[in-house]
Amino acid sequence: MSTMIEIKDLHKSYQMGSNALHVLKGLNFKVEEGELVAIMGSSGSGKSTLLNILGMLDVADSGEYWLDKVQIKNMNETKAAQYRNKFLGFIFQSFNLINYKTALENVALPLYYQGMGRKSRQEKALKYLEQVGLKDWSHHLPNELSGGQKQRVAIARAMVTEPKVLLADELTGALDSTTSFEVMDLIQNINDQGNTILVVTHEDDIAHMCKRIVHLRDGIIVKDEKIKQKRASEYVQ
Amino acid sequence: MFSRDTWKEIFLSIKKNKLRTFLAGFTVALGILIFVSLVGLSNGLKNTFDEFFRDDATNVFFLFRGRTSMPYKGYKANRQIEFDNSDLADIKKTFPQYLEYITPRISRNALVAYKEESNNYNTRAVGPAHQEAEKTIIMKGRYLNEEDIKNKTKYAVIGRLVEDDLFGDKNSLGQFIDLGGSVFKVIGVYQDEGGDNEERRIYIPYTTRQRIEKNNDEIDQIILAFKPDIGYAGAMAFETALRKFIKEKKYIHPDDQNGLFIRNVADQLQQNNQFANVLAIVFSFFALGTLIAGIIGISNIMVFVVKERTKELGIRKALGATPRAVIGTILLESVFITTISGYIGMLIGVFVLRSIGDKLEDYFIMNPYIDTGLAVIATIILIVFGALAGYVPARKAAKIKPIVALQDN
Repeated sequence: MSTMIEIKDLHKSYQMGSNALHVLKGLNFKVEEGELVAIMGSSGSGKSTLLNILGMLDVADSGEYWLDKVQIKNMNETKAAQYRNKFLGFIFQSFNLINYKTALENVALPLYYQGMGRKSRQEKALKYLEQVGLKDWSHHLPNELSGGQKQRVAIARAMVTEPKVLLADELTGALDSTTSFEVMDLIQNINDQGNTILVVTHEDDIAHMCKRIVHLRDGIIVKDEKIKQKRASEYVQ
Repeated sequence: MFSRDTWKEIFLSIKKNKLRTFLAGFTVALGILIFVSLVGLSNGLKNTFDEFFRDDATNVFFLFRGRTSMPYKGYKANRQIEFDNSDLADIKKTFPQYLEYITPRISRNALVAYKEESNNYNTRAVGPAHQEAEKTIIMKGRYLNEEDIKNKTKYAVIGRLVEDDLFGDKNSLGQFIDLGGSVFKVIGVYQDEGGDNEERRIYIPYTTRQRIEKNNDEIDQIILAFKPDIGYAGAMAFETALRKFIKEKKYIHPDDQNGLFIRNVADQLQQNNQFANVLAIVFSFFALGTLIAGIIGISNIMVFVVKERTKELGIRKALGATPRAVIGTILLESVFITTISGYIGMLIGVFVLRSIGDKLEDYFIMNPYIDTGLAVIATIILIVFGALAGYVPARKAAKIKPIVALQDN
């Protein structure tokens, strides 16, 4: 097993008028390949900032970030975009599907930016849609789908490039509990196949469906524990 | 960059955002339409000015005689000046360096009859050079020549409408007509772009007219042309020298404004051209303003488009769109829309100008047109500036951090 993510002494602060808001105050942790990690904390704890830095959507002020033994630093926009595309998959709370594209087109979009041909793009996208159980919905627009279906399309989209790490930001935040468990079941299945997944959440039961919980408070890791995973399938009828 | 996928992306985006597309396209189409119309109307105005001169040569002086208003060298005022054949010879002899050709003109109205048909026509007794001065176009037969002048032949060249009136469908060539009591043979039929009046005239040799009129050698008017290569300044100098020469010969006081009149077509043309040019500049100014307004319009819409798509672009960036790809998507879409709608606007504009044709002739606008090259250049300018105007907000959008774009939920 190799180390997928390693951060050393990560600092980040935001300028709020004349005050500097110190959000991350020297974080250290490692994520091994195949882990399913929950990052927990109340709002303002710095968990979203951490996720954004890990997702190369934001840059740390100081500290090191290694992704699969490659140090991420001094990235220009183009390079960051290519890395995001190749190494990372994003799942957002509000799904962030493009509303004028069908489910299939949404899933195929990251492959478009890889320069993959149309036909193989669609084949691959359809394969991943099938994996999340939405093959029959491939030609529907996002507004014709339920919240759970939308999030599953987003998961398929995050998976389609076969990234090293999946980053999920409150992925069940907009879903009712039944649907949340269905989505978590899917996440667990993906993790079972060996994929590394980081889930940011403030919900306890979601966190306990992961294999490890990192507790963040006021920009420091206060607790980092391995737990016994609860299978979401037990809750799904 | 121009792969099928790129276009599919663009078409999809256009199809799903009809209002935005319509607004951008409408602005561009309207801008080009107004530009094309303005330039076209300006050209139509210029056409009208040109038309005033089209049926006559423009390197021509018309010499008219009048009554003196000042006593001079023993002659009383109010004396009628006469031109005669010796004047033609003297001018030829004195100004060979300026003179291209010269012809007299004696105008008379006469009752002209062929068999039962008869009508009153204006006859002009002229020399062969008159054909060039009036730009008379021979349809059949021939014009008057030097032999006719020398032999004082009773030959007539009649206008197209004279033939229509008198001969109907029959051929007039070689037929004899009664012209004010004398019999003339029709040797030619002509047409003239100056309109119907110009085609209801009859040309005969001036010497023949002089013989009929008691064998005198008087002339009404002298028409002469200068060599075009002496230019405008040369023409003005020639006019001054010619005026001086004739005044001296006819004993007209140098300061007398009446005895002799010279109509200098070149000078009139120059003044008219200047007026037309000023109008064209005014029109161009408005046309340019329209173009600029169009460019500002597109810029506004591009800012709006980018603003509206901020979130979408954020998603695309998170999924791996490079800044270049983001800028490319926006620019290509805007260039595509401006090209299509610019072309449509241009076509409508050209069509409008075509359909106006001569309907606005009463307002001095005739056959408005726009040079295709100019219309295309204007469209291209609009497209290029539209793209430039789109580039600024597009680059800004490409710089937006996806996290910021995605936060606006």
